[in-house]
Amino acid sequence: MRIFRAGLLPLVLAGMGVAVALCGCSPIQPWVKPYQREHLADPIMSFDPHPASASYLDHIYSVRQAARGGTGAVGGGCGCN
Amino acid sequence: MGRRPAGRARAGGRGWLVLALCALYSAPTLTGVLPEDTAEVLYDKYSGDDQQVDGKTWLIRKKFADKFDVQYSRSTDVVSGASVDVRTTGASPYIEQRTEDNVSMQYLSGKTTYTVGFIHSYEPDYTSNTTTYSVSQDMFGDLTTVSMNYKREWDDIFKMLKECSTTTSPCPEDDFVKVHDPAFGMKRMDERSYGFGVTQILTRNAILAINYDLITDEGFISNPYREARYLDSTVARGWSLEPEVYPGTRTSNAIGSDLKYYLPYRAAIDLQYRYYEDTFGIHSHTVQLGYTHPWRNWTFDASARYYVQNQADFYSDLFPYADSQNFVSSNQDLSAYHSYSFGIGASYQFSIPHASWIERSTINIRYDRLVTNYENFRYWLDTNPAAGINPGEEPLFSLRADIEQIFLSLSF
Amino acid sequence: MSHSSTHSRLGAALVATAATLLLALPALAGSDSAPAPDFSLPARSGSTLSLDQFKGQVVMINFWASWCGPCRKEMPLLDDIYRRYGRMGFTLLGVNVEPDRGSALAWLKQTPVTFPILFDADSKVSKLYGVAGMPTTVFIDRKGNVRMIHESYNDGDENVYLNEIRALVQE
Repeated sequence: MRIFRAGLLPLVLAGMGVAVALCGCSPIQPWVKPYQREHLADPIMSFDPHPASASYLDHIYSVRQAARGGTGAVGGGCGCN
Repeated sequence: MGRRPAGRARAGGRGWLVLALCALYSAPTLTGVLPEDTAEVLYDKYSGDDQQVDGKTWLIRKKFADKFDVQYSRSTDVVSGASVDVRTTGASPYIEQRTEDNVSMQYLSGKTTYTVGFIHSYEPDYTSNTTTYSVSQDMFGDLTTVSMNYKREWDDIFKMLKECSTTTSPCPEDDFVKVHDPAFGMKRMDERSYGFGVTQILTRNAILAINYDLITDEGFISNPYREARYLDSTVARGWSLEPEVYPGTRTSNAIGSDLKYYLPYRAAIDLQYRYYEDTFGIHSHTVQLGYTHPWRNWTFDASARYYVQNQADFYSDLFPYADSQNFVSSNQDLSAYHSYSFGIGASYQFSIPHASWIERSTINIRYDRLVTNYENFRYWLDTNPAAGINPGEEPLFSLRADIEQIFLSLSF
Repeated sequence: MSHSSTHSRLGAALVATAATLLLALPALAGSDSAPAPDFSLPARSGSTLSLDQFKGQVVMINFWASWCGPCRKEMPLLDDIYRRYGRMGFTLLGVNVEPDRGSALAWLKQTPVTFPILFDADSKVSKLYGVAGMPTTVFIDRKGNVRMIHESYNDGDENVYLNEIRALVQE
């Protein structure tokens, strides 16, 4: 019962703290704001500007070279002899 | 109503604003964005090593209600010839067509994207069905995206045999047909793939992606036409062939990273690295450097890629005798080698008059040159003991291939 | 400490929690009556506009950028809204968040709009309003209080805007 002796303010803050935690506010504030994303949004910065073409090259490499995966591409099938 | 005195406004107002903004932040309103509607047609050609593959792909993607996205693509490849190890085993030159259908659907709900896909590919001696599932989540103010994916593949493998459709002997060329070899029957291969990826915005100009894939294969993992080479003093050329034998399973781990950086004068550099290892004893490194430069209606890009791997545990270019080990393979893809590729591409954005419903149209071309220098795979057809080239002393093989692509892309 | 005093403190804590939770309950994007922070920004017309000038009117602030797909998509719809309600004590301010005006002006040349465009080149107003997504639309009532903050744009959101505007304009 000792926590109640400190006064009303800590109680209110604790209550708000619980509410804030429940409401899902992240303690990590984004260091790149949405309005600062002009460079990242530029098409030249896209990881996958030409998916059909990239998937084709990826397929050639996976057929002729042992390594597969680790590139974030998702595909399938064979086509190899 | 005038302005409140500055001091009071700060004490009372800011507290409310923090609470209000907190409340707003908790609400699931920030949503991802689905890609634009797209239609693409791609023509490609791989020429190298006496093998040529001509391909064509068309793709269409459509959004519905800003929540669903469906994509369908069909690829057709015509393969003429065969890779060197298949050719040197006496397999005859062939022309084969492979078709692949790929359909996938994405559902966007708040910050989560769910994707389900199905791929079916068919060629006369290989049928493959794959299902893919993927979930991705944006977090930390959309600076981070985490995704997980699972892929399951079922393959049915046959071996083609040339047969004469008539009883004429010798068989006229036109009467040859290809059928499934009953002695080989049908073999199954199952693959399961588990993937995890993180994309992180580092600064206003840099973004990093890291991907990890665990892939396991089970069943008939090798190739029905490929054979392993062993030393055989009983024949003139000094070597003979036996069917290759692979382990029944193969498990691999690959972890790769991709960093993109925006240059102040408007260009982008891309740096990729991947480490790979598997239960065949293969370790490999892949490094790629790319550069993208826009100029007026054009976008140019160039890339250089280096790949190096060591050989599989059970690989040899020339085994000492037949049945020398449990698992044998002389597959060039499992040998030790260095591979270099250079690629350049250009993309031109143009407008189509009287078609304002087409938001963007681009015509793209790309050329890649692939050079692979094998450290312990030799050109078997060059054996000539009479000239002093004994088995195992043939020149090391080197693969050179040209890869060309041209495609048209429209977005609506 | 007396029993009743403990209870009243506990009660106060619970009320504070409940109040905060109620605030956190999302309607669409949370409704609140925090006074809208004032600001002044250069406008496309060449003059400087400040939020204070529009007290007594319903103000809709739309934070946008030319590089943002959904922002571009909703601009013509925002223009329709501006034309329709402009005479009923309503105004729409388009706040462009790009550090350099060039791309925004080039885009506006292709897709003109009639409502005022302000340039927040150093992001001070974006920070002031805690813009957490692109686009962000803020609705301010005639008394100068923030009534709704709507993030992102999806097909059909213009109806949400219209409902809010109609409600605020009738106050």
